[in-house]
Amino acid sequence: MKNYQHNINGEIAYTHLFSRKKQTFIAALGVTVGIAIFIFMNSLMNGFEVASTESLFKSTPHIRIYKNDAISKALVVNKDTNKINVLANPKITSESKKIVNPAELIKILKNEAEVVGVTPNVSANVFYKNGDSEVSGRISGVVIEDQNAMFNLQSYIADGDYNSLSGYQNGIIMGVGIAEKLNLRLNDNVTVTSALGVNKLMKIVALLQTKNSAIDKSLSYINLPVAQQLQKQSPSYITDIYLNVKDYEKAKSYVDKYKRLTGYDVEDWETANATAAAANKMRKMMAMAISFSIMLVAAFGIYNILNMTIMEKLNDIAILKAIGFSGKDIVKIFVTEAIIIGVIGIIIGLCFALLLVKLMSNLWVGGDIGFFPIRIFPKYFGIGVIFGLVVTFFAGYLPARKAALLDPISIFRK
Amino acid sequence: MSNSDNILLSTQGVGKYFYEPEKFKVLNDISFDIKKGEFVTMIGKSGSGKSTLLYILSTMDTDYEGNLWLDKENLTQQSKERLAEIRNEKIGFVFQFHYLLPEFSCLKNVMIPALKLGKYSREEIEEKAYKTLSLLGLKDQALKSASKLSGGQQQRVAIARALINDPKIIMGDEPTGNLDSKNTSIVFDIFKQLTSEFNQTVIAVTHDNDFAKASDRIIEMADGRIIG
Repeated sequence: MKNYQHNINGEIAYTHLFSRKKQTFIAALGVTVGIAIFIFMNSLMNGFEVASTESLFKSTPHIRIYKNDAISKALVVNKDTNKINVLANPKITSESKKIVNPAELIKILKNEAEVVGVTPNVSANVFYKNGDSEVSGRISGVVIEDQNAMFNLQSYIADGDYNSLSGYQNGIIMGVGIAEKLNLRLNDNVTVTSALGVNKLMKIVALLQTKNSAIDKSLSYINLPVAQQLQKQSPSYITDIYLNVKDYEKAKSYVDKYKRLTGYDVEDWETANATAAAANKMRKMMAMAISFSIMLVAAFGIYNILNMTIMEKLNDIAILKAIGFSGKDIVKIFVTEAIIIGVIGIIIGLCFALLLVKLMSNLWVGGDIGFFPIRIFPKYFGIGVIFGLVVTFFAGYLPARKAALLDPISIFRK
Repeated sequence: MSNSDNILLSTQGVGKYFYEPEKFKVLNDISFDIKKGEFVTMIGKSGSGKSTLLYILSTMDTDYEGNLWLDKENLTQQSKERLAEIRNEKIGFVFQFHYLLPEFSCLKNVMIPALKLGKYSREEIEEKAYKTLSLLGLKDQALKSASKLSGGQQQRVAIARALINDPKIIMGDEPTGNLDSKNTSIVFDIFKQLTSEFNQTVIAVTHDNDFAKASDRIIEMADGRIIG
């Protein structure tokens, strides 16, 4: 009986859309607004989130391996629990801060799949002196290449070249805050004095500006061997091993593994920066709540406008059913219309979101932040597209199905 | 149901309730047969249930009791999908109001049921639609938008649409009810021509006594029952 498969459903859908271009466009704009706001708000919140995380990881590794001070223990432990171990004059052991055979340890850690960077570190408290003026601070003895690879040091260099450190043994990359206090410039000399009384005359090869003033006012980077000398230690002396993993969110879950692997104390960034981590967590929850609400509002808006478009066509639906179109045909026609409206709306919405993000990213807020930290996340543009398609599908499907289930006469009687 | 091969449409004990504003039996135990080629009119006062009955016969209203046969097929138990197919293929319906799709040309309006049926190619359908429109004196209006025509012309397009799939039966719900006397007589003549020349089975609800008199058989209804 059925010899030809004419695409009459599609034809009706296109005719509906193109004979009322203005209405189609307005319905598409409804989708556009929903999608654009959804993408824009997500870009806004995630840009902010990424910016604050990046600021945290300017000098903090994902994971730090170190050896804590410990009270000395009795050399012979009495196995009999009824007897008490007596240790005369217990004190903090002087060797305790040292990590034994760090080179081997670093090699082992580098072989772990999730590790993207490992670098040894000697940190010490020092005084920076220039003539009579004196500033207390911290130096970090580093292997500059590794340090740069892990912390992207080069992007925080205000003046000079970070790489000069490798060519100049007694070089120092100094925080701009310290330099300002001591009235020092690039290529000036500065005296660094450690707690053990070792003096070193060092030359400023670069200035560090992380825009986190607490760091800029206290921290300088020097070569690892110099830091060891300042601590009167041998070349095998290491206080910390800094370690970055692929996904910093998972840092906490690796802690136990590294504890077993190295036998030293292991601290992840969340534990080390509990306040920042809590703030981060809170921001994330807030972002999720806001994102979800926007999704809800946008979905409702899209549903509303498409539902209205279909309800206006209720009489046509009854006519189509009267001349032999089934409920399935009706659903196909209106889902096709909804999807076309959705696709038009989504395309405009993507452009609109892109424009909003671009405009916002040119906004100067100043301070440590500079330009507003919004950026384009392909992920959220992708989610926006999928979300738009899913919502327009259901916004077309649900009212169409409702109308399709009615007897045509019950529509005409109204 | 009668065993006669000549019967096209048949009802058995059809009843229907309206539930608003209160439960009310609008049709009561309706049983009758319509033979092939018969021109039947249904008359009766407003509220006698004749239009309601016609909607049940047309399968557009499925909320009833009793049984309905068309072309030897019991329609009462059929799915809505199947009923849509039957409407498409076997029933041509003409409403009191034309109910054309306003976005489409007259020609497209006539073609749509045939495109849905898919029995012929698009070219064949277009040719047939033109032929039907010419038969009804609308050849020149074919490409105009359906909303641009006069009431009488629109009603004739609706009739052409009802005819396009060569249905077993044409049903009309006061097809002349909205027309002036001139157009009424045109539509009236078309129906007469269909039955006499093309042996088309027709059942129509009407208020027009002249229309009813011209038919083979008049079913008169009152208070949800057939009285003659």
